[in-house]
Amino acid sequence: MKRLWILIAIACLSGCSDNWGWYVVDPSTKSGASNLRFMISGAYYTILMSVTAILISVVLGLLVALPGLSQRKAWRMFNRTYVEIVRAVPILVLILWVYYGLPQLSGLTLNVFWAGVLALALSDSAFQAEIFRGGIQSISKGQYEAAQSISLNYRDTMRYVILPQAIRRILPALGNQLVYMLKMSSLVSVIGMQELTRKANELVVSEYRPLEIYTILVLEYLVLILIVSAGVRWLERRMQSSEV
Amino acid sequence: MPDSNTIITLNNVNKHFGDFQALKNVSLEVTSGERVVICGPSGSGKSTLIRCINQLETHEAGEITVDGVTLSATQNNAHKIKATVGMVFQQFNLFPHLSVIDNLTLGPRRVLGLSEEAAKARAMTYLERVQIPDQADKLPRQLSGGQQQRVAIARSLCMEPKILLFDEPTSALDPEMIAEVLDVMTELASSGITMIVVTHEMGFARRVADKMVFMDQGEIIETGTPEQVFTAPKSQRFAHFLEQILNH
Repeated sequence: MKRLWILIAIACLSGCSDNWGWYVVDPSTKSGASNLRFMISGAYYTILMSVTAILISVVLGLLVALPGLSQRKAWRMFNRTYVEIVRAVPILVLILWVYYGLPQLSGLTLNVFWAGVLALALSDSAFQAEIFRGGIQSISKGQYEAAQSISLNYRDTMRYVILPQAIRRILPALGNQLVYMLKMSSLVSVIGMQELTRKANELVVSEYRPLEIYTILVLEYLVLILIVSAGVRWLERRMQSSEV
Repeated sequence: MPDSNTIITLNNVNKHFGDFQALKNVSLEVTSGERVVICGPSGSGKSTLIRCINQLETHEAGEITVDGVTLSATQNNAHKIKATVGMVFQQFNLFPHLSVIDNLTLGPRRVLGLSEEAAKARAMTYLERVQIPDQADKLPRQLSGGQQQRVAIARSLCMEPKILLFDEPTSALDPEMIAEVLDVMTELASSGITMIVVTHEMGFARRVADKMVFMDQGEIIETGTPEQVFTAPKSQRFAHFLEQILNH
């Protein structure tokens, strides 16, 4: 952490030399301040898209994970097939496919936002499915037997006994996926989503100061992700009070 | 011919785990309200036997009848007897993320359809019965082993089963906590509930059991009243077993 701050400090100080032109994002000048506002405004879609996508992918992941734990081979095959295929598609390719390909296939046109969310969520759901499967499998057999001995059915066993414990255990991994999602959302800039990366790209085209603008972009993601990390840690601590 | 009072009948039950035969032609009859203690060396099939009674394990051959419902190897009737049979485990198996009271009310609320108040009232009745009403809002990990096992007993009782199975309920406990759990079980035994207890606690068996069952290598070797088996065991193996656990 300390080293990082030193690096940032050096980067800022070197703005005095000829190589840097911080004026482009200098908040004390009128154009610099408006450029900065322009860049930061992209955070809205970066966050909205990532959070929507992670919510969908968690639900989707759980729905794919459960058949993977079934006694029936056909269900497990469905799980394996889904995970292996979806996991093998690069996110960028999936974004392009959903945005340009899916309308031709289904006649259904998605706007940039939902195409991006759908691609991100689909891609992440395969990973979520594996995380959930691991988490659920880590719960001891005794918990299922205890649930069975008080006659809980499968749904209630999952809902009240297994999943609450499994989710506590996979929380660090879920936090990891959210961080990953925030970063991967930058790829949706290629289809024109006005999120952080797209805004930076547009500014670079008009101002022609890629070094400063992309440095600010790096810092924007860094701040976002540090906030998410802190949030996940807080949640973990809060939930730990009721862990085994 | 089983009389009308018979609540559990096992008829030539067989069970394998891979090549290992856990139960060999096991037949047993338990009458309503009877207290049965099953003992025997480890690996003798005691736990498997009671786990077949509530169908945590399924048997391959033979017939098990529990409270009028026949569980055969081919038909799946397990759900019909679940509310009839409760079970207390060696490792307690409390739900660690739920408070004691929530552990107790989950079944009554979700399975028996009781309201929250009714379920809580019932839970408190049984917590008093196992003498820990003051621990209701704690989490399982904040309790001692003995207290946890008493909560587990109360959790089973909350479903008001006709039959309660105990799978080595004191084997995971520190010595000083065994007594408090056995006391609760002794009190329960006087209430008329049918109990089948797998245990090595011979003092408890002598005090409470109506019937003793000795198992070895998947077979029932001997059954009898505690007086019969403690004073004059018929089989050599049971005599040897008793000698080992009573004179250690």
